[in-house]
Amino acid sequence: MSVRGSEWVPEAEATIALVTGASRGIGHASCLALARAGLAVAVGYRSDPEGAEEAVAKATAEGVRSLAVSIDVRDEGSVDEAFKRVERELGPVRVLVNNAGFTRDGLAVRYSTENWDATLDTNLRGAFLCSRRALAAMLKARWGRIVNVASAAALRGNAGQAAYSASKAGLVGMTKSLAREVGGRGITVNAVCPGFVATRMTEPQSEEIRQRYVEMTPAGRFATPDEVAAVIAFLAGPEASYVNGATIAVDGGLTA
Amino acid sequence: MEMAELEQKVCKILADNLSVPEDQVTPSARFQEDLDADSLDLVEAVLALEEEFGVTIPEEEMEGVRTVGQAIQLVAAKLGVAA
Repeated sequence: MSVRGSEWVPEAEATIALVTGASRGIGHASCLALARAGLAVAVGYRSDPEGAEEAVAKATAEGVRSLAVSIDVRDEGSVDEAFKRVERELGPVRVLVNNAGFTRDGLAVRYSTENWDATLDTNLRGAFLCSRRALAAMLKARWGRIVNVASAAALRGNAGQAAYSASKAGLVGMTKSLAREVGGRGITVNAVCPGFVATRMTEPQSEEIRQRYVEMTPAGRFATPDEVAAVIAFLAGPEASYVNGATIAVDGGLTA
Repeated sequence: MEMAELEQKVCKILADNLSVPEDQVTPSARFQEDLDADSLDLVEAVLALEEEFGVTIPEEEMEGVRTVGQAIQLVAAKLGVAA
């Protein structure tokens, strides 16, 4: 890839993307969407190597290079190791999708400090550690894309999600500050805020709760992971070159 | 490495990174006032210096650095090159 100003000129060698939390759900779907756009894809996973290998197989079937890479975004050493492995086997990361997420719902009055920390560690600290690790090479290349997967919960409160919404609102704030820091270097940093998406994360919810969520959403249904992945792939691509620091709701109208 | 050689190398890297002509990058040149470098320019220059010389320059140590000469001294100290 060569870069002239903000102009993006893809060459034979594909742009390399790293997606965290990509063994399932939105991350998994994003790998496929990015592969379809011709990007080489590193599939980051922590606990589910099979799901990651499945994403690798799907990406490879699209004719791009792909690799499953173990990454615990909460851990600086693990993040560095993962980036080094991607750099060695695919090349420098030009597109980073901070998707790895954690949620454990509970009313604040009885919410444990451990769960608060666990939520912030993955959703906020993890995105920071990965972004920081990715930025040096992006600055040097004068091109880069960071897409942070936040949540509609960053924009509107949810009872039982004090930690989750705090982490996602924090991620939106970080997105805007980073966008200002590096926006002059051909790098964009944006956030997507999915509403209710049919993924493993929302599976444990009871039918009654799901029904209530559906009623809150003008679209009248949950999103599929592909519907969110499409927006992530857009933000990662050359067409989105002037979108920076944006927070894009992908929520079927939930926060409208 | 001799001090003169180090000085030359650092100045070249700074000139490349700050996109200024090499003859403007003298030890007395001030990053902000003379070379029009903002904080991110400086961070990028430090990243390049770290890579070139295989050293680590923590943010705290960069805080007092205002001139090219101070940057040269910082790298020299890291590498054990005497003035």
